[in-house]
Amino acid sequence: MPNMMKIRINGEDRALGDVVTLADLIAELDLAGKRVAIEKNGEIVPRSRHGEERLSDGDELEIVVAVGGG
Amino acid sequence: MSNDQLVIAGKAYSSRLLVGTGKYRDFAQTAEALDASGAEIVTVAIRRVNLGQNADEPNLLDFLPKNRYTMLPNTAGCYSADDAVRTLRLARELLDDHRLVKLEVLGDPHTLFPNVRETLKAAEVLVKEGFDVMVYTSDDPIVARELADIGCCAIMPLASLIGSGMGILNPWNLKLIIEEAKVPVLVDAGVGTASDAAIAMELGCDGILMNTAIAAADDPVLMARAMKLAVEAGRAAYRAGRMPKRFYSATPSSPSEGVISARKL
Repeated sequence: MPNMMKIRINGEDRALGDVVTLADLIAELDLAGKRVAIEKNGEIVPRSRHGEERLSDGDELEIVVAVGGG
Repeated sequence: MSNDQLVIAGKAYSSRLLVGTGKYRDFAQTAEALDASGAEIVTVAIRRVNLGQNADEPNLLDFLPKNRYTMLPNTAGCYSADDAVRTLRLARELLDDHRLVKLEVLGDPHTLFPNVRETLKAAEVLVKEGFDVMVYTSDDPIVARELADIGCCAIMPLASLIGSGMGILNPWNLKLIIEEAKVPVLVDAGVGTASDAAIAMELGCDGILMNTAIAAADDPVLMARAMKLAVEAGRAAYRAGRMPKRFYSATPSSPSEGVISARKL
């Protein structure tokens, strides 16, 4: 596949093909419509910008949810 | 009692019991225990999403009606100021520009004792960024003062180790913190059973945050109710003002006069 990107998601490297924006990635990971928050390279990417935020080789993402805790 | 409200960051709450959402059997039990506790503020943790499997995994937030509970995202598990700040920025994004947060920066995996230096550092950044910071800390009155000076909206000293259920180990320090504090003081960590909660409230704590004491009880829903009653009882006793202790000096409750006379047998 052309233009495979290596992206580190939640500490794991993944090779991704047809992914241009963060919204593409969210769909690819079956997270569309889920309550998640995303940090890219240490900066928050607000939900409103997921559609336009482009991913590049070597990006590091943290994708989080709320879980039970004290 | 109705006007005796807990005010945190400008918002008034009727319940002085704050509860965590961890360690329950399932989300249904979490919801039932929360309901029984009467809590209005509930903590949640922020964790990496499970990728791949469990696409239809239930989400905690779906079990917590947003209009009923004020979320308190925490930084449990963070060991540096930087990780804690990043976690809460994620929480703010996750919860739609939510500002009220619980900061805890741990220093040791065995005792879960707070790393005070990192806590202070994180508090400064978070307050500058507009967060309302409720902060878990040790029961050191000087540290409590510094956290309040930074602008934290509530100081939350431990009563004993997180999840230990060892109760109120140093009421004297808690009292020192309470007497000086310009912001609400809540005991966070260490309460094991209802009497611990009552003792903390009788000391003058503004509230209590607990998780394990409820979740790890044999019957969490019943314990949640017990804690609600204990916090209310302790608060009422504090406001009522207890009688002074009279050491080695009994005073009868009934009149001394008019006791029938002894008969000669």
